Amino acid sequence: MIIATKKQLEDIKEMIKGYKKVLNVGCGGCTSVCLAGGQKEIEDLCTQLTICLKGDQVVFEINGFTVERQCEPHFLEELDEIVKPYDALLSMGCGAGVQFLAERYPEKPVFPALNTLFLGVNKDIGWYEERCKSCGDCVLGMTGGICPNAMCAKGLLNGPCGGPQDDHCEVDNEVPCAWVKIYERLKAQGRLDNIMKVCPAREWQDQVQGTLVLEAYRDRYAKKDK
Amino acid sequence: MKSESNLEKVLNQGIFAVTGELGPPRGADANIVREKAKHLKGRVDAVNVTDNQTAMVRMASWAASILLIQEGLEPNYQMVCRDRNRIAMQSDILGASALGIHTMLCLSGDHQKFGDHPKSKKVYDLDSIQLIDMVRKMRDESKFLSGQDITQAPKMFIGAAENPFGQPYEFRVHRLAKKVAAGTDFIQTQCIYNMERFREWIKQANDMGLTDKVYILAGITPMKSLRMALYMKNSVPGLDVPDWVIKRLEGVDKKKQADEGIAIACEQIEEFKEMKGVAGVHLMLIEWEHKVPEITERAKLLPRPTCQ
Repeated sequence: MIIATKKQLEDIKEMIKGYKKVLNVGCGGCTSVCLAGGQKEIEDLCTQLTICLKGDQVVFEINGFTVERQCEPHFLEELDEIVKPYDALLSMGCGAGVQFLAERYPEKPVFPALNTLFLGVNKDIGWYEERCKSCGDCVLGMTGGICPNAMCAKGLLNGPCGGPQDDHCEVDNEVPCAWVKIYERLKAQGRLDNIMKVCPAREWQDQVQGTLVLEAYRDRYAKKDK
Repeated sequence: MKSESNLEKVLNQGIFAVTGELGPPRGADANIVREKAKHLKGRVDAVNVTDNQTAMVRMASWAASILLIQEGLEPNYQMVCRDRNRIAMQSDILGASALGIHTMLCLSGDHQKFGDHPKSKKVYDLDSIQLIDMVRKMRDESKFLSGQDITQAPKMFIGAAENPFGQPYEFRVHRLAKKVAAGTDFIQTQCIYNMERFREWIKQANDMGLTDKVYILAGITPMKSLRMALYMKNSVPGLDVPDWVIKRLEGVDKKKQADEGIAIACEQIEEFKEMKGVAGVHLMLIEWEHKVPEITERAKLLPRPTCQ
């Protein structure tokens, strides 16, 4: 899932100051699961902003509303009427959610309340770790299910740099070296051959905006464009 | 000959090679490079010119390399993968070759977190092995990485680094093999202190036939003091400083520690001269360039050959 974390309250306050009526839109998807932008976080942020902006501004009103997912058009429909009286929107969705809101309500300023961090896993309650760079060219089959792009600080593809210390990354001694792990796992599986040959330069697939239209739907959207 | 590299000539003739190192300044003063070069001239076969080492901004390695050529030294132009994509790298390699640089060293580079711009954006479009492969392709096939033709190929003698002390230990010689397969002509190792582990590593390289295909220069950094030795032992990633080094430095007066450090280095060099698979030494005297004359003299590495 997508992992995000709340911006500093001061920064959020700075973005929305001057707007009299703000709608804070939560997301029931990823940011809710990682405890950053669900129902509870919406309520907390509304309370905090009310307290700190009420003193500065004569008129300030903020209300919260959480949609099922900010990245789906049909879940945003219910907002169409609700947003009308508001001067600005605050989004507690990920970066994609913020943009989808802004796209749907182009006349409204939309501000992000979160910083979107990475594509990761829920290790335990309140503990998230990055696992995927969504590079579009997955090498996990070669590397024993450990991503050298996401887990190695240098994104190396041909084995570890010279720096692992006690099997940890030289950049952060709290982080295990991805390549030590890859080596150990492939060794245990008898698949070290995978990393003995030179892995050639990658053809990066993530250097332009990604769009995927499934084959079966191409006609449908081609017609829609016309 | 693959290039016009002096280092290649020395190694091809079977002469025990000596390379040095020079860190470009954190400023635009060419005289700093020229002054450091004086200590190295005539005492080494090529001089590594570091590329923003430890991710600190310094004068471009190609520019400092040109200054060395002007001073009559051969630069070993270092290039790291951290700061440039394949377009910039290939462009710089063509430019370097055009300006008379014949030897280069392909490195991953220290992560920017260690430097003075820790929040800069890393590149790592290629890793060091892919960089070696690209330079070889440019030189031998006269092709860019894209497969398109180069009008005039850059004739580089290609080097790379390897750390026999990095983890996982048993993968290290295989990583060396990958660098050889990618096309490296010579290897300069990480600073060696743990001779026992190095002997094991070079034996593996000999047994795998790698040392028949690549010249290996053993990395030497003499300890200036006990303090430096303790710092290298405890705080520098990927270094292996055994206790005997610490004990020997502890055993002498503080004023004599630098001398003892050099004595240890000279003993190592004597062993490397006789060691099967070792083709020379790489002297990394970090901000201690003025000691190169003394060390090369004491280690009986002089005079350096003039190769045609």
